[in-house]
This record gives sequence, C-alpha cells and structure tokens, in this order.
Amino acid sequence: MVRDGDVVALEGFTHLIPFAAGHEIIRQGRRDLTLIRMTPDLIYDQLIGSGCASKLIFSWGGNPGVGSLHRLRDAVEQGWPAPLALEENAHAGMAAAYAAGAAHLPFGLLRGYLGTDLPKYNRVKFIECPFTGERLAAVPAIRPDVTVIHAQKADRKGNVLMWGVVGVQKEAVLAAKRVIVTVEEIVDQLDAPPNAVVLPSWVVGAVSEVKGGAFPSYAQGYYPRNNAFYKQWDPIARERETFQAWMQRHVLGTRDFDEFKSSLEQAVTHA
Amino acid sequence: MPEYTADEMMTIAAARMIRNGASCFVGIGLPSAAANLARLTHAPDTILIYESGCIGTKPTVLPLSIGDGELSETADAVVSIPEIFAYWLQGGRIDLGFLGAAQIDRFANINTTVIGDYYKPSVRLPGAGGAPEIAASSKEVLITLRQNKRAFIEKLDFVTSGGHFTGGDSRAKMNLPGKGPTAVITDLGIMTPDETTKELTLTSLHPGVTVEKAIESTGWALKVAPKLVTTEAPTETELRVLRDLNERTARAHAGQA
Repeated sequence: MVRDGDVVALEGFTHLIPFAAGHEIIRQGRRDLTLIRMTPDLIYDQLIGSGCASKLIFSWGGNPGVGSLHRLRDAVEQGWPAPLALEENAHAGMAAAYAAGAAHLPFGLLRGYLGTDLPKYNRVKFIECPFTGERLAAVPAIRPDVTVIHAQKADRKGNVLMWGVVGVQKEAVLAAKRVIVTVEEIVDQLDAPPNAVVLPSWVVGAVSEVKGGAFPSYAQGYYPRNNAFYKQWDPIARERETFQAWMQRHVLGTRDFDEFKSSLEQAVTHA
Repeated sequence: MPEYTADEMMTIAAARMIRNGASCFVGIGLPSAAANLARLTHAPDTILIYESGCIGTKPTVLPLSIGDGELSETADAVVSIPEIFAYWLQGGRIDLGFLGAAQIDRFANINTTVIGDYYKPSVRLPGAGGAPEIAASSKEVLITLRQNKRAFIEKLDFVTSGGHFTGGDSRAKMNLPGKGPTAVITDLGIMTPDETTKELTLTSLHPGVTVEKAIESTGWALKVAPKLVTTEAPTETELRVLRDLNERTARAHAGQA
C-alpha cells in the first residue's frame, strides 16, 4: 500500500512507533518517499539511511535523551546516501497542520512561530484575525497519501483501540488517503471504555497483527520502552559501515519482524 | 560541607527557581532533572507538563524521552498532541516554560536548529520541537545549559526560540503572550536579564567559581552585576534526593536491548 514517490506519515509520539511497518518499507526498497513525522526517531534514521526518502517534513529530529540521528544528519550534511530536502516545523505547527488535514481544511491556525526564524524556511504564513486583528500563523494542512500507525488492539472487524500517549495518530489517520495499522493483538471483543481513542474500521484500510511491532519504542500495557536499545543505536548509526552491516543483518536479511527480533536476540547472546 | 559536581550545582540551582504550585512545561534532559528535583524537594505541588501530552506527571525515574511510559502512567491526565499545544500552552495555562538549548546569545535567544548556513549546515541540530511556542506563550521561561564559548555565542546562526530578541523593548513590541526568559542557570552561575536592556547579566556565581572563569566561558563581553552574590551551596537533602533520583534512573535505563 506504500508506493514509490508517496507522501507517507508514520506517526506515534515516542509511544507506539510503527517500527515493524517501517522495516517492511525498507525491505520493499521503496524510493523517493516524502516522509512526515513530528519526531523522526530511529525508524526514520533507518529509512533515510537506507535511501528510501527524498524529503522529510518534521519538527524535532533527534534520538531522545541520547543525541543526534546520525543517518539523518549525514543525509542533510553530506547528501548520503541521497540528498534529503527538509521542511521543518515546530511541534505546535505540525499538530495544527495534522488537525487541519483531519478536518479537510486547507490550513491550520495557531498562535505560534512568533519570534523564530523557522518561517523563513518553511511554508508558514501569517494572517490577521478578522475579529481581533491579532497576528496568527497559518500552516498548510498535512494530507499524507498513506498514514501508518501501531496501536494496542483491533477487533476482527478492524476497529482499532489505543491508549496512553496517543500523540497525533488520530489526526494523521483521518488526514490520510490510505491507512495502515499494525496492532499488538487482534481480539474478539475490543471492550473499549467510553471516550477511548477508537478508530472505526471504515476509516482504516488495513490492519495487521504484529506483536512487539513498536519495539524499541513501547506499547503501554504490553512492554516498556527499550531505552537501552535507544542508547545502543548511537554507535551503530554513527558510521555508514556499521549502520549498513546492522541493517543488512537484522532488517534486510530477515523476512519479518519476528525474524528481526530473533536476530537481535542472537546478536546479544553471541556478543 | 558535602562534595558535589558542577552539574549537580546547576541542577539544584535550577530546581530552586521553581515555585511550588506552578504549572511547569518541561523540556527533556537538564530541565526535566531540575523540575523533578524541585517536585521531590521544596515544590511538591508543582504541576509538571511534558509535550507528549502528560499533565501533572510524577515520574519516579527521569524519562529518557519526552513520552516514556513512566510519564503517562503517573500523570493526572494524558491528552493528544494537538490538545497539549492548543488548549494548554497556547491557552495560556503554563506559568513556567523550562528549556535547554544548544546555543544561546546575550538576549537569551536560543538555537537548536543549525550551526552554519541553513542549507549547508556544519552541524545539523535536532530542531525546534515544542520550544518556540513554549518560549513565546509560557508566562515566564527558565533556560538551563552548560556554559562554554561554543554554547554562549555572540551571534546565533538561527533563532529557533525567541528570548529578548535585540534587547530593550523588542520583545514587548512583538506582543508575545509571555514575558520571556527570566533566568539562565549554568554550571558556573546564574544570569538574569537586565531590567532595561534585557542583556543577560551574571548575578550569581556558584561556590568556587571565579568571575574570570565565567567571563572566559562566554562568547560575548559578559556583564557582571555590581552586587554579585554566591549561590548557596547544595544542601545535604538536595544532593541526596538528586543522587537517589539519578541512581534510580540509571538502573531503570540500563538492562539489555
């Protein structure tokens, strides 16, 4: 469901990051993608370092609490493995752009981008409030071709339930033309509490069960964030050679996420 | 008097600036450590808010990321990202924004975007995250970072988050909702903006640090307050609580990947 040249959003704000789906995009060798994500995180480091992307729309691109995303930096600073165009935002602007996308409005509105140099380099414009005259920022809506998310549960009809840090996933799903969801488990009864974040099956294109599919991020109620892996990623991604060897061994050389995780466990055992 | 490191002094000095009961929008790293230390010492009713949507969170260990499960599981409420920025920050409900930075200038403007030309950067930094709106909309802003000439620089290549801009009344003229940075806390001392010029002025030195050291660690001609004071050394309680917190955190973040 992801094609070369698509505008693709893989969302999940530190929680429920769709790593398994991202790996599959890398295995399929997709190219020329415009990748959207507020916090690119390790999965976009892997996609960018694997040459899948030609453009990145984002608002904070680091390895949280650890440091740089070295593959992202190499693409921006050295054009390796391919040049990467950036469209850079602040979180508040991206959140408003997704919300506008979900509402199928042309732009989002916020009291933001005041006193920052960012509007010199992105598509933010300032408009005057017709009622008060206040100067406000307008951000073009985000409308991905495909949004990919990971959630805790789906039922057999394809209704999707998520909880905890829910980020911007609901907006990203409703803004997209096509939607792919991976879940920790498919259950007979969703048992969603009233007002829970439920994405009804008719706005979801495909659901796939991938246990642990958000590793090394986390799925609340299932497994914690693997902070040790986030720290280990730093030396792996620092050099092109160690990155490529790791990707070859654990992602390109495996058929699916279960094999990926077994290969990681083997690497630890033999270390 | 107990022994302590410069980083411990910085975190403790920053924590002391947090008023009990304040709603505090916290950045990851040094600000998060200081805000949690405040909550565990003199400011138990401080409301900690993280941009992942966690409101009133009470983590027992410091989060590595801004959205660790530890934050959402101990929060009073967890809201979506559009909501945290639109209703809570933009809505004017934040007393104190607490930021880190890669670089800062004499008017407390912050760069976390690029060093060098934007399109051909020598160093590509992570970017803005929530900081521009935290800096604009919080009623007051604290900044904490280590002090050296690479961080405290004469002219920023990129203003990611606005402080007092070109000084004087330049911020007031921009009609930003909040009053901007009120203190910068480093491992050497504390700087506060001059009332009129808004230029950062060294007002407090940590014990054992010389004025010369502070001046030579700053990339502009640092102004020093005539009534320079010495920061009160960390108390045994502050040090114990901070070290316990750091130890719990290290244990929690170790383990096998």
